[in-house]
Amino acid sequence: MDRLVFLLSSGLARGAVLALFALSLVIVWRSARVVNFAQAAMAITAVYAAFAITAASGSYWLGLLGALAAGALLGALVERGPLRFVRGDDPLSGMIIAIGLVMVLQAGLAMAFGPEHRPMRAPFPERPLMIGEIPVLSPYEVFVLIVAAAVMCALALLFGKTPLGLKLRAAAFAPETSRLLGVRVPRMVTIGWMLSVATAALAALLLVPTELGLNPHAADLLFVDAFAVAVVGGLDSPVGALAAGLIIGILDSLVTGYATAAAAPLAVLVLLTGVLLVRPRGLFAAADRRTG
Amino acid sequence: MSTVTIEALTAGYGDGAPVLDELSLDVPDGAVVAVLGANGAGKTTLLRALTGLVPARSGRVLLDGTDLTGLPTEDRVRRGLALVPEGRGVVVELTVDENLRLGGLWRHRGAGLRSAVAEMYALFPALHRRRDAAGHTLSGGERQMLALARALVSHPDVLLLDEPSLGLAPLVVAQLLGVLRDTAARTGLTVLLAEQNVTGALSVADRGVVLSLGAVVADRPARELAADPALRHAYLGF
Ligand SMILES: Nc1ncnc2c1ncn2[C@@H]1O[C@H](COP(=O)(O)OP(=O)(O)OP(=O)(O)O)[C@@H](O)[C@H]1O
Ligand SMILES: [Mg+2]
Repeated sequence: MDRLVFLLSSGLARGAVLALFALSLVIVWRSARVVNFAQAAMAITAVYAAFAITAASGSYWLGLLGALAAGALLGALVERGPLRFVRGDDPLSGMIIAIGLVMVLQAGLAMAFGPEHRPMRAPFPERPLMIGEIPVLSPYEVFVLIVAAAVMCALALLFGKTPLGLKLRAAAFAPETSRLLGVRVPRMVTIGWMLSVATAALAALLLVPTELGLNPHAADLLFVDAFAVAVVGGLDSPVGALAAGLIIGILDSLVTGYATAAAAPLAVLVLLTGVLLVRPRGLFAAADRRTG
Repeated sequence: MSTVTIEALTAGYGDGAPVLDELSLDVPDGAVVAVLGANGAGKTTLLRALTGLVPARSGRVLLDGTDLTGLPTEDRVRRGLALVPEGRGVVVELTVDENLRLGGLWRHRGAGLRSAVAEMYALFPALHRRRDAAGHTLSGGERQMLALARALVSHPDVLLLDEPSLGLAPLVVAQLLGVLRDTAARTGLTVLLAEQNVTGALSVADRGVVLSLGAVVADRPARELAADPALRHAYLGF
């Protein structure tokens, strides 16, 4: 029983990070119709910026703001730079550019900072709090949950309630009609990339202190799991990313706790296959209203 | 409220023969001009070329004397040129209210936007009843009303309409054209109306222009075109 509570609560925290990263994939998919395979490399580059800022200033919070800013900047640079040249009907060339970008960024980081794992301190203790005899969330995990929830609410408000959000959604659904209504669609795509990579950078920043440390590949596994999450939830669906993120985070934690860590990726894969067999567009994908 | 001047406009698709071949047309301030012609005559291509969705190979489009050539679609729209596209221009994933607000965003903010949207609800009570419905649940007539209202929210100077009567019951067509005529008379809106529904279009237009093989083959006062069977037969085939 104790063990179950502990596994559930730490699964929840991991799920929140997964959901956040998956949400970043959903955002960029919706605004640019690409699966950004460079998301992990871009996010971890932003985390290196945060690491440098924290090291120089001594403030975790300045580093966090730095990660968001660096992520947004990187998103804009990549979208305005290499990806502008392949804008077209061919999804493959965008994918190839993304893979090239992964190599360049990860090799560049390894050359600049070395391949070793650099310890990154969490801003709060990582020892679980005890409720009675039962270990539950650590203060850092509580912090992760709060940040993830706050960012998701902020994004939901931005997309759902603001004029900018309306333009972002319209530009994603119907670019030509949006242009006919005076929406600067290319700018909306750039903003989508900035929001997406900033969100991914935040997720990676939250993850690193719970893992071995900062390394050019530190977010690779997060990307793989978050990609599965996004596909299970439906690449188009922010709600799907949230729900599937929590489900897979908890599943991962339970399998690791009761069986073995080696079985966790297998369990995710089984879930992914099962969902794709039953609902190929993902659990929460909206029915396609454009073909009807 | 604005003049549109089309000078020797040539446009087409891919490497094919031009669909519009050195087409010239003047639409004076406040005029309502019907663009007629058989299927495939180039009406849609003309309206899309005016908004820049189809690039011009040569020639110019002027709005109040300002050359629009080279401006992207969204900037032409922001200068007061609005197009209600053929068929489904409604963003089906958004609600009626969101579609309307989207149409006005580049022009108005805050209270200004709310009152511009309210103005459209007064003009189209059917839309007000369905304001929170998603676009994909609207009927064809409601969609067409929404597309027209959404174009009017931004108070454009020139309105380009591509077959607003497509697939609609005669009563709805009459209602739409009525709103169009009243709005044009009230605001001095310049209108270019592409239509297969010749009788309906000519009943609200001042002038009728017939396209054939990418050029203007007739340009007459609407009344004359509607009343003269020989002309109608020669150019419109009935
Ligand atoms: N996307 C396209 N690619 C290639 N050719 C096109 C395209 N759209 C239209 N055409 C061609 O251009 C010509 C003019 O088409 P357009 O759509 O402008 O006609 P229209 O007058 O609007 O006809 P309708 O009354 O049927 O709507 C036609 O011969 C058509 O086949
Ligand atoms: Mg047409």
